Amino acid sequence: MSELLLFKDIDEPGLHTLDVYARRGGYEALRKALAMSPAEVLHELEVSAIRGRGGAGFAMGKKISFLPKGAMDKYLVCNADESEPGTFKDRELLQKSPHMLIEGMLIAAYAGGINRAFIYIRGEYELQAQRLEAALDEAKAAGYIGDRVLGSDLSLTMWVHRGAGAYICGEETALLDSLEGKRGNPRLKPPFPANQGLYQGPTLINNVETLATAPHILRMGGEEYAKLGAPGSTGTKLVSVSGHVKRPGNFEIELGMPSREIIYGLAGGPPDGREVKLWFPGGSSAPVLTKDDLDLAYDFDTLAKAGSMLGSGAIIVIDDSTSVVDVAMKTAKFYRHESCGKCTPCREGTNWTVKMLERIDSGEATPMDLDIMAAVQENIIGNCLCVLGDAMAMPIGSMILKFREEFEAHIEAARARNELATTEEAPPEAVIQGAVA
Amino acid sequence: MAIDPTRVPRFGHGSRVPGWDEAADLAKDPEEVPDPATTPVPEELRAAIESYMARYPDRRSATIPALHAMQDRYGWCTPQGIQEVACVMRLTPGYLISVASFYDMFFTQPVGRHDVFVCTNISCSLRGADELFAAFHEHGSDDPELNIRAFECLGACDMAPMASIDGKYVGPIRPDEVPGVLDAVRRGEEPLPDRQLERMKSADPRAASS
Repeated sequence: MSELLLFKDIDEPGLHTLDVYARRGGYEALRKALAMSPAEVLHELEVSAIRGRGGAGFAMGKKISFLPKGAMDKYLVCNADESEPGTFKDRELLQKSPHMLIEGMLIAAYAGGINRAFIYIRGEYELQAQRLEAALDEAKAAGYIGDRVLGSDLSLTMWVHRGAGAYICGEETALLDSLEGKRGNPRLKPPFPANQGLYQGPTLINNVETLATAPHILRMGGEEYAKLGAPGSTGTKLVSVSGHVKRPGNFEIELGMPSREIIYGLAGGPPDGREVKLWFPGGSSAPVLTKDDLDLAYDFDTLAKAGSMLGSGAIIVIDDSTSVVDVAMKTAKFYRHESCGKCTPCREGTNWTVKMLERIDSGEATPMDLDIMAAVQENIIGNCLCVLGDAMAMPIGSMILKFREEFEAHIEAARARNELATTEEAPPEAVIQGAVA
Repeated sequence: MAIDPTRVPRFGHGSRVPGWDEAADLAKDPEEVPDPATTPVPEELRAAIESYMARYPDRRSATIPALHAMQDRYGWCTPQGIQEVACVMRLTPGYLISVASFYDMFFTQPVGRHDVFVCTNISCSLRGADELFAAFHEHGSDDPELNIRAFECLGACDMAPMASIDGKYVGPIRPDEVPGVLDAVRRGEEPLPDRQLERMKSADPRAASS
């Protein structure tokens, strides 16, 4: 890769202050954008073909173009509620380069004719929220935020809104409810936020990384940016690699890089003597891949074809020292805890999945329970207002599918330890009754 | 196989699920928006909440920031604090409690002064977070000053296993370092200063050279 975009100068001391950021060419892209018409700026973003970096991978330019035209209150909400297990890329951007995000938001607001902006940052990110607040104050004092920014037609307000610890608030409609001061429950779609979002007004919601890339697209030009990466997955992406690797951390890669190069090259691979057993390519919501999939190109379409997803760009590596049942249990417990409880399939499905996994661990399960568990996953997918339930069902389903033998061996071993399970006292009807109920 | 009802564990109120031990008083009216004339609110807190309300087209949006401000002041969401926020925001206390009980960072019961949130999600647990949490629990659970909790992914898997201590991310922490960390917390000092997130460099090798 020729040059870094998001991570260029990232460790420069004081980059989070306006002085250093401006000295490094900060807010030049905004000036360039404001000299163009909003339609031209939108065109650059569309030509860049950048896809959302938050998880769904929807084209950013298209999202902006869905906003209704005309004079009305329109909202931009930056989703900085980064809570997907394994993801910590936005944290680094928010902490070290908050002005890059603010500049990107100003560009997106200009392209979409937006006049009110909010940054919803997760409550746990205290340092990052402080840095962001300080950066906002600086930007306001310097005239980048307010009425008629730098003498242009762009006028907007921008505020930081701190959340209070709820994974579900990263889901866009739950985030809107939370921002309106309610419990974070997802909404029915349609209407989509572009038409009826925050306060029922037209709303653009983008991830931190997506918005922070906008200044670079403007600086380079959309066409140049589109030359980076792979077809259908343009540009660079921050990936967070964690778990069983020697050098966990955030790396900026060009999309389409072989996954093996990221896991072994950049992150150092698993500890000596161990090998990769399974990995989540895009946060814990992505169906797991195995060591046979390490040569897949890391981009949206390739991973989708392999039956998984790029998601938020968080690679969690698990080596052969860990039992897949433990991973499934951790995953399921997380979603059980974070399910908001609005939709029955998710609220009950996450709960029952944990209970069945606990039965596997305690030696009360039979291999047939695996089929029941897989059926529970199938009945969650597509049956809820949001994808939180799906986000548990997909990885758990993929683990059962790909590591069925290990699950079965675990069941047998646990049954052997459990004296009650191996005695012949339990009549066969009990098993059948359990299956029907 | 018939279920033996006497062997099913039950709560004091007879149900298998936790809940209220006493029935709700159906004759009681719901709590109303507190009367400003009879609800004194500390001036600082009122000013903070009013400045939050001014940021949004709908004042209700300030609920979470207002609850944060109140909790920072009182340590947890006290009934009196809820009354004060409700009074300034012109909302019912019941509404605020429904919001506060949804979010993990609001405490509707008294908690210790120092927050120690240990991440026990997948990435951290792969690197020993469960042992770390057990160590924190062992050395600090009987100290009323500490609010030790297992938390879902805190977004710092690159420093796993880690904890958010009074809002500051620290990691990686070894279980044998826990007593020292807790001593520093009790003294109000920064534990393991060289392993604070604030001072961590980027892992990307090219970020360092550029």
